[in-house]
Amino acid sequence: MAGTNAQIGTASAATKGQRRAMLAEFWYYFSQNRGAVIGLYVFVAIVIIAVLAPLIAPHSPSLQNRGSFLVPPVWETGGDWRFLLGTDAVGRDILSRLIYGARFSLFIGAVVVTLSVSIGVIIGLIAGYFRGWVDTVITRVMDIILAFPSLLLALVLVAILGPGLLNAMIAIALVLQPHFVRLTRAAVMSEKTRDYVTAARVAGAGNIRLMFRTILPNCLAPLIVQATLSFSSAILDAAALGFLGMGAQPPTPEWGTMLAEAREFILRAWWVVTFPGIAILVTVLAINLMGDGLRDALDPKLKRS
Amino acid sequence: MSDIVLETRDIVRDYHIGGGLFGAARTLRAVKGVSLKVEKGKTLAIVGESGCGKSTLARIITMIDPATSGELLIEGEKVDIAQTGLNAEMRRKVQIVFQNPYGSLNPRQRIADVLAEPLIINTDMPAGERRDRAMQMLLKVGLAPEHFGRYPHMFSGGQRQRIAIARALMLNPTLLVLDEPVSALDLSVQAQVLNLLADLQEEFGLTYVFISHDLSVVRYIADDVMVMYFGEAVEYGSRDEVFSNPQHEYTRTLFAATPRADIDSIRARVARREKARENA
Repeated sequence: MAGTNAQIGTASAATKGQRRAMLAEFWYYFSQNRGAVIGLYVFVAIVIIAVLAPLIAPHSPSLQNRGSFLVPPVWETGGDWRFLLGTDAVGRDILSRLIYGARFSLFIGAVVVTLSVSIGVIIGLIAGYFRGWVDTVITRVMDIILAFPSLLLALVLVAILGPGLLNAMIAIALVLQPHFVRLTRAAVMSEKTRDYVTAARVAGAGNIRLMFRTILPNCLAPLIVQATLSFSSAILDAAALGFLGMGAQPPTPEWGTMLAEAREFILRAWWVVTFPGIAILVTVLAINLMGDGLRDALDPKLKRS
Repeated sequence: MSDIVLETRDIVRDYHIGGGLFGAARTLRAVKGVSLKVEKGKTLAIVGESGCGKSTLARIITMIDPATSGELLIEGEKVDIAQTGLNAEMRRKVQIVFQNPYGSLNPRQRIADVLAEPLIINTDMPAGERRDRAMQMLLKVGLAPEHFGRYPHMFSGGQRQRIAIARALMLNPTLLVLDEPVSALDLSVQAQVLNLLADLQEEFGLTYVFISHDLSVVRYIADDVMVMYFGEAVEYGSRDEVFSNPQHEYTRTLFAATPRADIDSIRARVARREKARENA
């Protein structure tokens, strides 16, 4: 019954402090999903770590400590308290590199998602709204892009543009963006036939208003989920490109690149491979959980009233 | 009072179907030359079974879809959206209320915004005045001030239909097209909404085109009745004429098929059934 009380509370407060009430309502629905809250906490922690990296990290990420190559983590025999998670083959502190790597991963995710969402949504909106030959051309092109294995296409693009973090991000954005086009197009097509869109048109709304104000907000729920999933798959793809030597170049402390450098020590020094892998896993999982909760909270159709 | 608000002459609407991989394209004529006239302040009811072209006609009258041929005159002015487009002035004159109250409100708009949107688009009224106008209209259709900030999913079907009616009236239209406005509502709510419509018609001098398949509702609200059958207007006349002396075969079938719920007919039916049981 606490649920219905909170509902009534948020509804009556809406007329007064609208912004605050909306936030409270959002948080109420978001917090219903325990996994999402845990995901959010982990994600916030990663963001804080990334922002405060120079203060938190015990060492410089590129400082090579001579004489302490491949030092195991502290709890292993031979561990050193100076290097909590051990060092890599050239004596760099893994913990510091992971902390700085969080910056790169979040940066990659944010840039790739912004790029692919903004481009994909606009193209999809145009295709779904105007239909006709515009739609045919757009969907065919997107089908062609989707027909390639995504990592392979990104690899080809990076090969053309030249290796490097920025080019890798552009390539990944290009590979991820057809998903947004398709999703937006499908959602727009189904929403466009609804009566409320016709009603808005009868009230005199023009194409731009119908597209962006009336239809688009109602298509956001699947897009938000897809955006968070893309955030994590962008991190994964960037790590994969880094692993293949086509993404961030050494000595950048990017998690995928760290994995690539550690490849030859998999059997001898497990910590060099394991910790970057765990960092990627935890980040991706947290973001995916969060995306699920966001959908529940942002979609009025899923709300129980 | 002989102001003709709406007049149509031989409205025809074709739909082109298919032309896919299998089977040739064909043309479906949904409305076959319908002519009608509605005077100011009157209600024309259009009756017919599903798929007979009622809603297509409603969309043409509301200027949502163009007619394939024929003329549409709103307050004596000729409208042809396929050729010349539509100016804001004409758009304001005709508004529509849809059948399904669950689909006709934007789920992401608060009621305040639903009602203010027509004003935002068509006028440059300041926000405060828009708010007052929206609130007045909300009260007029029988909802309370606390409903103002809520979302559509918090309302029942009848309340939503009231909101849809309020939205349609925000621009002071002269003609309101009601596309089966009470078919999705239960019986007691139907009566409330119909009474509301009758009150509003009187207050604003509105003209209604009321589309329905429910003859008892039509008998209650209509001045004139048109019966449509497979895209054709098979019967057109005043309510009393049509109900007392139906000319067309289909109209008679339609009347015979209406379930009767008055006390006498129920008694007669019960008596008949008992007699049949005794005989058996």
